[in-house]
Amino acid sequence: MTLHAEWTKLRTSPGTAWLLLAIVALTATLGALADAATRCPSAGCGLDPARVGLTGVYLSQAVVVILGALAIGAEYNSGMIKVTLSAMPRRLNVLAAKAVIITGLVLASATLAVLGSLSAGLLILPGRGFTTAHGFTMVDGPVLRAYAGTVLYLALIGLLSLGAAAALRDTAAAIGIVLGLLYVLPIVATVVSSATWHRHLEQLAPMTAGLAIQDTVGLRDLPITPWAGLGVLAAWAAAALLAGALVLRLRDA
Amino acid sequence: MTTDFRLLVRSEWTKFRTVRGWVAGIVIAAFLMVGIALLDHSECGGTVTPGGPVVMGVGCSAPLGPGGVAVTDSFYFAHQPLAGNGSITARVTSLTLAGGHGSLSAWSKAGIIIKASTRPGSAYAAMLVTAGHGVRMQYDFTGDIAGRQGAVSPASPRWLRLTRSGDTITGSESADGTHWTTVGAVRLSGLPAIAQAGLFAATPGASQTTSQSVTGSSAAGALTLAAARFDHVRLKGSQPGRAWAGDAVGGSSPGQGLRRAGSTFIVTGTGDIAPYTGGTPVERTLLGAFAALIAVIVVGAMFMTSEYRRGLIRVTLSASPGRVRVLAAKAAVIGALAFGAGLAGGTAALLLGERLLRSNGNFLVPATPLTQVRAVAGTAAVLALAAVLALALGTMLRNSAGAITGVTVAIVLPYFLAIGLPTLPAAIGDWLLRVTPAAGFAIQQTVTRYPQVAASYTPGSGYYPLAPWAGFAVLCGYVAVALTLAGFMLRRRDA
Repeated sequence: MTLHAEWTKLRTSPGTAWLLLAIVALTATLGALADAATRCPSAGCGLDPARVGLTGVYLSQAVVVILGALAIGAEYNSGMIKVTLSAMPRRLNVLAAKAVIITGLVLASATLAVLGSLSAGLLILPGRGFTTAHGFTMVDGPVLRAYAGTVLYLALIGLLSLGAAAALRDTAAAIGIVLGLLYVLPIVATVVSSATWHRHLEQLAPMTAGLAIQDTVGLRDLPITPWAGLGVLAAWAAAALLAGALVLRLRDA
Repeated sequence: MTTDFRLLVRSEWTKFRTVRGWVAGIVIAAFLMVGIALLDHSECGGTVTPGGPVVMGVGCSAPLGPGGVAVTDSFYFAHQPLAGNGSITARVTSLTLAGGHGSLSAWSKAGIIIKASTRPGSAYAAMLVTAGHGVRMQYDFTGDIAGRQGAVSPASPRWLRLTRSGDTITGSESADGTHWTTVGAVRLSGLPAIAQAGLFAATPGASQTTSQSVTGSSAAGALTLAAARFDHVRLKGSQPGRAWAGDAVGGSSPGQGLRRAGSTFIVTGTGDIAPYTGGTPVERTLLGAFAALIAVIVVGAMFMTSEYRRGLIRVTLSASPGRVRVLAAKAAVIGALAFGAGLAGGTAALLLGERLLRSNGNFLVPATPLTQVRAVAGTAAVLALAAVLALALGTMLRNSAGAITGVTVAIVLPYFLAIGLPTLPAAIGDWLLRVTPAAGFAIQQTVTRYPQVAASYTPGSGYYPLAPWAGFAVLCGYVAVALTLAGFMLRRRDA
């Protein structure tokens, strides 16, 4: 019942459909543009076709952040949360239901988005030098892992954002903090010049670690293995959801 | 400013200061700038990657040239004292690789030089041939005048001449030793009565690879040697009876030296006589601005959107029906606050960060006080503009989520993509830093790009594709357009 109520709320919010559409459009379009702009003139050009094709995720994840944060933040901002919690006194169920809905919606749109990038890559990349002659296969195990993993990556970003908004009880602050974690942390991490610590930060920052799932080339030199990287992001999302659950449970709405 | 507008600004300021979260956001922005500068514990001479290429001693120190510019001044110098006015003439018949792998880098150079002394960083003027850029007249490290193009070879030698007359040195070149063309005449300050005149050769590391980080780069490469063959060497005005002395200016390296065979001089040297492009740019201490940006963007957007959320906007607009003026007052308040936070945080970050970097042995690229003021005040202005942009977008969207994400994605993401995404072609990265609001970060640049030095001039090492004020103007343009649109929509729509 809680699930159904949350689904109805999110379904009937005016922005949801646009946000989901934006995820698909931005991922696929930017991916296609990056495909078209890249050249791999020879074998061993060091470029990763999966990474290139999935460049759009850098932008579309921001839309996922909005979607996740609004799912609960909008209720706090409008005072609707009091109605919600009066109707559903089991607060954790409310958060869990929101998490399930967000995961489902993001998984669905991210799958479409990633399929769009994949088709763009299959069409464009071979013409840009990513050919079998240069040692690339367009669809194999690692490539499928990169694309499927990106779907999971976006779902986890949605959960991270939902958890942050539940913990901070404010959309704006949550979006600011999550975007800061994603985009600013890797920039600021460069003040750490010690190679060892820098590597640690790359292993810990949610975006750099999580997007390791997209790597299909040079796997031995990565700061973190693809699945472990996605695990790091999952830990971030779990921590945010836990904080959100605690705040929701313990504080007055 | 009319009294009316002053009242409006005042009421907006009252609104601002009574919301604890907004004040906290602005204070946090200032502290983030300082805090992140204090995290920088870089030490000089660190390795890039374990087991990676050996890093030469870059970034730890550099002599200063006549203009206060950091310079590289190491080469092999075969010289004699030149008292007062006089001239030196020589014919160069070849410039070749004498040690190391690969080929000579295009800016390998050899020729004749008149230099104040053998101390690195002292004033000089030189006529030289290069491996890939023809004949040049170079002086005092930053000066570079192009002469005839084409490579030097025994079949196509170059005659070079430098004439000193007082403080003025005239450089000329010739193909045959009889028909001379003047390449340039330059005034050197601080040239003593007895200068050193002679032959030199230098080559920067041939196989240079540069590792990129946000604001620092380190070059690594195999040491190469360049050998130049001279004949018809003639000194006029030199103290008679003096012999040629050989010196490795700026530290000796194996393989450098002077060999003579009859009237032929072979000078073998390594190094470079050029502006130094390593070191840590001072704006590295301002990296915290990226974190501060997020804070001021959040506050800037909410300053407007929370009025819509609570319906307060109707009260505000009933009290002051000049809607555009309300927007202007809000922009003035949030802009001034973000600027103040950026200025306070940035000044502290620069002063403390510079001290910290120096105490860890880093070499900071010298920047004039005016340039440093531009970098700090410019960074503060970028924060102010970002906050105003968020305010304008918040007015248009009436929704903080969209405004915050929109501005962050417009300012921070292009910068991240340009410096942090190896898969993105450099041309696209440069393009992003030209046309997106992220172009504004160019205002932080304190380092100079020298066409006569081959270095990695990437945004990651502090070189932006647009000039500081041009990049800043791009950001200003975005803010102006956004404010205009926001004012227009505020007037046209019901609140």
